[in-house]
Amino acid sequence: MLDDLRELYQEVILDHGRNPRNLRKPPEANRHAHGHNPMCGDSVVVHATVDDAGVIRDVAFEGRGCAISVASASLMTEVLKGKSQAEAQALFEQFHDMCTKDGTQAGDPDNEELERLQVLAGVREFPMRVKCATLAWHTLNAAMAGGDEVTTE
Amino acid sequence: MTHAAANRLAAAPGDNSAAAFDVARVRADFPILTQEVFGKPLVYLDSAASAQKPRQVIEAMSHAYETCYANVHRGVHRMSQLTTDAFESGREKVAGFLNAGSADEIVFTRNATEAFNLVASCFASAKLARGDEVVISTLEHHANIVPWQLVRDRLGIVLRIVPIDDDGNFLLDDYEALLGPRTKLVAVTHVSNDLGTVVPIKQVIDLAHARGIPVLVDGCQAVPHIKVDVQALDADFYIFTGHKLYGPTGIGVLYGKSALLRELPPYQGGGEMISSVTFEKTTFKDPPHRFEAGTPPIVEAIGLGAAIDYVASLGHEAIAAHETGLRGYAEARLTQVAGLRLVGTAREKASIVSFVMDNAHPHDIGTIVDRAGVAVRTGHHCAQPLMQRLGVAATARASFGLYNTREEVDVLAQALESVHELFG
Repeated sequence: MLDDLRELYQEVILDHGRNPRNLRKPPEANRHAHGHNPMCGDSVVVHATVDDAGVIRDVAFEGRGCAISVASASLMTEVLKGKSQAEAQALFEQFHDMCTKDGTQAGDPDNEELERLQVLAGVREFPMRVKCATLAWHTLNAAMAGGDEVTTE
Repeated sequence: MTHAAANRLAAAPGDNSAAAFDVARVRADFPILTQEVFGKPLVYLDSAASAQKPRQVIEAMSHAYETCYANVHRGVHRMSQLTTDAFESGREKVAGFLNAGSADEIVFTRNATEAFNLVASCFASAKLARGDEVVISTLEHHANIVPWQLVRDRLGIVLRIVPIDDDGNFLLDDYEALLGPRTKLVAVTHVSNDLGTVVPIKQVIDLAHARGIPVLVDGCQAVPHIKVDVQALDADFYIFTGHKLYGPTGIGVLYGKSALLRELPPYQGGGEMISSVTFEKTTFKDPPHRFEAGTPPIVEAIGLGAAIDYVASLGHEAIAAHETGLRGYAEARLTQVAGLRLVGTAREKASIVSFVMDNAHPHDIGTIVDRAGVAVRTGHHCAQPLMQRLGVAATARASFGLYNTREEVDVLAQALESVHELFG
């Protein structure tokens, strides 16, 4: 039974779930949004610092949740630093496809960030958990669009 | 099929006498229990969310559709009469089940939530004004919170909340202190859906009645486990749902004392609930039909009647003894799992066991035990204020029905040991 589950709960996910990176509120952040998953009550606040050129200088988050949602938020904060808003949007779309669509290319060697997010692709086999993996990303999207509240339903 | 034949069929749940509660025999009545999940036998520990259905209920409903079905209270034709008889016999069975004074005190709704909304809406129209108070408790399901908040926002009433202690016990003294001159209704649960706490409902009602305050009781989690006698309790309103009592979805029950129901205006308008309609003036039927606008849940009422017959054939005492044994075994067994903590250890509990684990979120627990074939509920259980009071975002909940076994508890415990192994 655990073999199946290790596809979902890979070491990287367990590590980021236990020790999330960028779990903080940067004082200089200028984009914020609160994300909420009404099904489980998980809640995340994403803080982004975007400079005048539209480049994401820093991303951090606060909140609690399951291993999948915390690991996904943690990994997101790591891969988005230095990206333009357009690049972040494109990455979100690729990541979302990876989490929801069967037969999506298993990693693009030229896309280092998507490679790193590949550890979350296991949620495809657990449809009830896709929202856990995408909550932080939806929340970041809302922050970038100037919203302040998003739910995954 | 005649009505009498339909009754005989519904009342034939096998020889499950209270003297010998034979769980293997009970399980054979539930076709779904032979299903497998991920190649493992289904271990269904989510009856508090919705219970599985015995063959007797499924067959009673199929037979109604196949042999005795038309709209009710309408046609003069034979089939309508027979269906009306079967439908109203469902109402009589519910009345008997709750020991209501009369079947006219039983209103059918589409679910328990609609019954709460019905009372909130109609009671507010008839009885509540700005500044009046309604007392609910920390243990409530959202269905007994949100309708009152809607009334609060519409009329400016005040909600008072009875606290609980850290074990999940309803605090009777604090409750009594909340009852005041502006208290117009007490609306509390009989059994907590998340913690399993059994509220001392008789004392709750007596304390309210001593001040002339009526009491609404949420019995959704109580009726599958506890023999309820609304007259002995002297409850003013008592609500439960069919699908948690091994009956169908699509039907809820509102018991209301005749005198109280008569004082309430209609809930929704339409067919079935009227005496006469002109464009100038419409007059309404007496309860219960006044509150049943439109075609009611006809076959669901027949199915609910069959579910009540089924539960009665086993006997509430035998069911309670079986479930209490299971809960005790589960609590002892689960607390042996490293890092597991029970949430809700009230003095008196129904067969609901909620828990959290040190390093695993309930959602992760749910996913992992699912792979072992075990269905448990994870999340906030539609009781977010209760979660906030307990300082947890969510819990995992195993809830036991009359068909569960100790072996199934063992399967859950082993799966939880895997959770611990994975998450440390």
